[in-house]
Amino acid sequence: MSGKVAISLTVNGETIEALVAPRTTLADFLRQDIQLTGTHTGCEMGVCGACLVLLDDRPVHACLMFAVQADGCAVETIEGLTHRRAIDDLQKVFHERNALQCGFCTPGMLVSAYGILASGGEPDRDGIRDALSGNYCRCTGYEAIVDAIEMTARQRRQHREEEA
Amino acid sequence: MKARAFDYMRPKCVQEALEAFASADGDASYIAGGQSLVPALALRLQAPGLLIDIARLDELRGLSIVDGHLRIGATTRHCEILGSNLVREHAPLLAKAAPFVAHPAIRNKGTFGGSLALADPASEFPAMALALDAIIEIASVEGSRRVGAGDFFIDLYETALQPGEIITAVHVPVATVKTRTAFDELARRRGDYAIVGAGIDAQMQGGFVERMRIAFLSVGPTPVRVSAVEAALTGRQLTPEAIRQAQDVLGTELDPAGDEHTPPKMRRHLARVLLGRLLGRLEANV
Repeated sequence: MSGKVAISLTVNGETIEALVAPRTTLADFLRQDIQLTGTHTGCEMGVCGACLVLLDDRPVHACLMFAVQADGCAVETIEGLTHRRAIDDLQKVFHERNALQCGFCTPGMLVSAYGILASGGEPDRDGIRDALSGNYCRCTGYEAIVDAIEMTARQRRQHREEEA
Repeated sequence: MKARAFDYMRPKCVQEALEAFASADGDASYIAGGQSLVPALALRLQAPGLLIDIARLDELRGLSIVDGHLRIGATTRHCEILGSNLVREHAPLLAKAAPFVAHPAIRNKGTFGGSLALADPASEFPAMALALDAIIEIASVEGSRRVGAGDFFIDLYETALQPGEIITAVHVPVATVKTRTAFDELARRRGDYAIVGAGIDAQMQGGFVERMRIAFLSVGPTPVRVSAVEAALTGRQLTPEAIRQAQDVLGTELDPAGDEHTPPKMRRHLARVLLGRLLGRLEANV
């Protein structure tokens, strides 16, 4: 039993064909099989949020699914978001506002923030905190992280208004 | 921790899934959203030899109105419940409870049927299935059967589901012009498990309660209907006095367990507070 299974998925826009053991989580697959180590593994039980990736454009825990379940899906990691410059503004404001200390939670925070801002609205601080409730920062940098996301949302709105 | 090695299959239809389970000699598990199962596998609380992935079966998907009920396909994800106009219109109680379910990333993967099948007494949707008197449609190799939510939740993580059975859909009676609903919970932080939570589905006419169902979560080994409280309010207006009396009845009817942070007395007190708030909202119709 437990032979490897052939899967085909896109990761950051690139089609990947691979053989995986069913027990391999998506997080381990990304980190170990295709060396995308920006996806961090913390609790490995869906609590800390360090492993968040986009699955078909929605944030999910890469530790809470097996790579075989992602067969046929589109996965985007922090590397992909960075490379296609989807979160340039967020990353800049995180930097400026010191919204990270050790940086371990940051990829997950940015993926969550991407999800929060994807709807195009301008969430209030309570809404941001609520949406970040599944992301742990053990350096206790939440205030700055909420600031950074709030500021990015405001900047994006101003940008839209200027374009309109 | 990592899951034990297992085989994985993705059946084409419910029948194939049922047959695969039957051939596995009990050493199999269905996986849909996996948001509770995967941690359980990682912690080796469960270690099945075969995972049968039912997440993509069309038969288990979709939201629709069928025979005066909202049919919620079992693999409807929490985020779909949250974003659905159909749910907001026809099952407003579910729409109100959905934002309280876990975190956004969990809601993007976790399924409605999975939540009911797990029957975590601290989960929102099992309790709301009870408050809505939902009907749970179950498939087995013998055929299909329907179980009312009142008969579905038996004990801690124990339901009417027999080994190998699959929840295919949940049917919720659609709201009427008389329907009033309220949901809330008390938790230390948003997204955390609630210390206590409750939902109410009522039929109100001219300020009088025609029928009311109230279900609590996090107060025992299963979600709990409080029928004595419901009876105490039926036929009445939700005056401050009626609400106070209902809270007193609740104090005698609920027998919550304690834990290291929350002694039973505190949980009972918080349940009373919560009931008062919810009834107040029903009265104000907000």
